[in-house]
Amino acid sequence: MISVEQFLKWIRFAHEKIQQHKNELTELDQAIGDGDHGVNLARGFEAVVQKLDAHEGKDLGALCQEIGMTLIAKVGGASGPLYGTAFVRMATAWKGKQSVTYPEFVQGIEAGANGIQARGKAGLGDKTMLDVWLPLADYLARETETVSWKEVERFVYQQMKSTESMEAKKGRAAFLGARSIGHRDPGAVSSYYLFAALCQTMEMKE
Amino acid sequence: MSFVGIVLVSHSLELVTGLKKLLVQIQPSVPIAVAGGDEEDGLGTSAQKIKEAIESVYSDKGVVVLFDLGSSLMQTEIALEWMENSENVKIANAPLVEGAYTAVVQSGCGSSLEKVLRAAEEARQMNKTIS
Repeated sequence: MISVEQFLKWIRFAHEKIQQHKNELTELDQAIGDGDHGVNLARGFEAVVQKLDAHEGKDLGALCQEIGMTLIAKVGGASGPLYGTAFVRMATAWKGKQSVTYPEFVQGIEAGANGIQARGKAGLGDKTMLDVWLPLADYLARETETVSWKEVERFVYQQMKSTESMEAKKGRAAFLGARSIGHRDPGAVSSYYLFAALCQTMEMKE
Repeated sequence: MSFVGIVLVSHSLELVTGLKKLLVQIQPSVPIAVAGGDEEDGLGTSAQKIKEAIESVYSDKGVVVLFDLGSSLMQTEIALEWMENSENVKIANAPLVEGAYTAVVQSGCGSSLEKVLRAAEEARQMNKTIS
């Protein structure tokens, strides 16, 4: 279903979206966090795509490992270890593979979501990126290869938007308690851009 | 005599550099290392820096790591996963300043890893305004 070439396209689209929305992510984080999400993630993805330029020809596992380690190293805030761990777990799921089938792809996303949960110790409804990752993993697991990526994008958007009414239980936003309600979670929003980039890649193929 | 090493992890290099100065004054013989800021010393945390800090004060006596906020815990956990042997490294569930202070005093007495860790964590109950 997804080849190395498409995977690289996905990550490059994600990079573009993160750069385009850098200020928006920072503003969201200024509202309920420490205000570094946009800048940090933009710097992380900049480093990621530079690495990818030099590492084409690697398999999906090796690429995900490289991306994960780069994000852990380059993103100083909480999103570094969280996104980094997600990609490192995806690397284990896709080790040695030049391409993955739909079920294998879903296993990778599930492994990534579980990695984020293990690292951040958040649960569903805590107003974190997990509120995008876990429902998406479940959604994809219920679907098959014929899934409509337009629908997936809409679903992910709704999940991201649903964090607006949640009260933060993790991270800096948790210090605000009920005052975090009414703001979208920055990690959920950046996760939406990551997966919107995936849907964009897959739609081009269809 | 060997001492339990102390590692101070913070989003700010200045914060832990200053804290280390304070602690060295109390117990000059206790090995203390800092891991503050991201790779470029900006605000943030770095698993690589934390790993190197732990290794720089590591002995069979063990190491207690104290951290400030959010991602410093996650980065410390990653640093431990990267180490071949992290059995003698404990992450303290403690306030950074008071925890480090009590840990350094305890370590300076030549106490065991468990005792130093407990001293750090007991700082959570410290009553600061009533003597």
